[in-house]
Amino acid sequence: MAKRAVKAPADLTYEQALQELEGVVRQLEAGEGSLEEALALFERGQLLAARCSKLLGVAELKLQELTAEGDGSVRAVDLEEEG
Amino acid sequence: MSQMALFGLASPVLTVSDLTRRVRELLDTDYRLKDVWVSGEVSNVSRPASGHLYFTLKDAGASLRCVMWRPDVARLLAPPRDGEAIEAHGRVSVYEAGGQYQLYADTLRPAGEGVLFQQFLRLKARLEAEGLFDPQRKRPLPGWPRRIGLVTSPSGAALRDVVHVLERRFPLAEVTLVPTPVQGEGAPEGIIAGLQALNRHAHPDVILLVRGGGSIEDLAAFNDEGVARAIVASRAPVVSGVGHETDFTIADFAADLRAATPSAAAEIISPDVSVLWEDLRLWRARLAGALGERLRAHRWTLDGQRLKLRLSSPRAQVIGARQRLDDLGSRALAAISSGVQLRRVRVGGLIQTLRAVGPTAVLERGYAVVSVRASGRIIRTRKHAQPGTELEVRVADGTFPARAE
Repeated sequence: MAKRAVKAPADLTYEQALQELEGVVRQLEAGEGSLEEALALFERGQLLAARCSKLLGVAELKLQELTAEGDGSVRAVDLEEEG
Repeated sequence: MSQMALFGLASPVLTVSDLTRRVRELLDTDYRLKDVWVSGEVSNVSRPASGHLYFTLKDAGASLRCVMWRPDVARLLAPPRDGEAIEAHGRVSVYEAGGQYQLYADTLRPAGEGVLFQQFLRLKARLEAEGLFDPQRKRPLPGWPRRIGLVTSPSGAALRDVVHVLERRFPLAEVTLVPTPVQGEGAPEGIIAGLQALNRHAHPDVILLVRGGGSIEDLAAFNDEGVARAIVASRAPVVSGVGHETDFTIADFAADLRAATPSAAAEIISPDVSVLWEDLRLWRARLAGALGERLRAHRWTLDGQRLKLRLSSPRAQVIGARQRLDDLGSRALAAISSGVQLRRVRVGGLIQTLRAVGPTAVLERGYAVVSVRASGRIIRTRKHAQPGTELEVRVADGTFPARAE
């Protein structure tokens, strides 16, 4: 676990969390490491799964529009949800 | 005119019906007139209660009566209007009762569509030959289109359809719209600029290029060479969804994937959220299963270690030593007692043997041992029993004297 920087689950996007969850499961299934490491992996996996299901539950489609500015630059503007 | 001609004697007289039928047969045998497109301006449109459609097509030099039967009329998007330039397809024949030849039309289209179609076929052939439509050129779609680019009209139904599908199926997506006209002046340029802007500024995983259905003229921007090349040049794969099920546009051929409608395009690119839930459930189950497996494995090795530990502790060693000592003691005891036992058995056996080979048992069966009384020598042959020799006879219960004769 100390090998790479561990992000707080709340900072992860859905696919990041899911990807890490997959890695955790595979690592756990490989059966290497101490029992303490296994328990830590499991706890991390649970947090990741919880993050995924939270994100899936509240996900709302983001819609933005690319608009050209006067100076020729391009800007993305969030659009209000239209009915 | 001669008298003969006047009385019709040179050739037989035809009835009007006969003549008209002859004319009709003449027209009906002309293959060109059986399957023909005619262009002209519409006039005298009439549509009586029968539902059939009557009109005249004319140009500067001629006019042609046309009729269209009700089932064909029902398929028209809009009935033709006076003054409209159209192309009509059908066959030419004669309406005998009216004495009219006319076009029995089955399909109408705005004039110019034929020309556009020819242009379409030529462009398609050229780009195809250039390899723009090669299947090998098509890029795979991302399984996880987090960022979706969308090029379409901001006011069209296509935008609403795409957004609705994505909201339902894949609300994790971020959609970046480049609003652009999708028909008329400037539409091809707008679409090209939109594709370029998305690739440059939004880095989408996939781009949807969509619009609702329309006539071939409405879709002209999607049959534009520049648009086709912009699709091919796009870094992100492009999915086209131009709202018409049957016809393909050049953009459809150039796209990495062609969907039949805008909604279908949105569905093709998006994973379904219910599938995502199921996926997540499976990963959770695997997580718990993997931990359970690890715990079982650890418990197993733990049991093994505990056993080893117990066996190697000082206490266990003392117990072990004591046990070994006890063990040796009891084994010694067993060895000793079994030795005595063995000897006892062996002595018993010897006595038995002695008894068997000794004389007593024989004497008991009625035999006697005869010896010289003076020397005690046992008589084995007649030579030793000279008459007058004093003998001693031994039977089972004792001896008595005797004399050889």
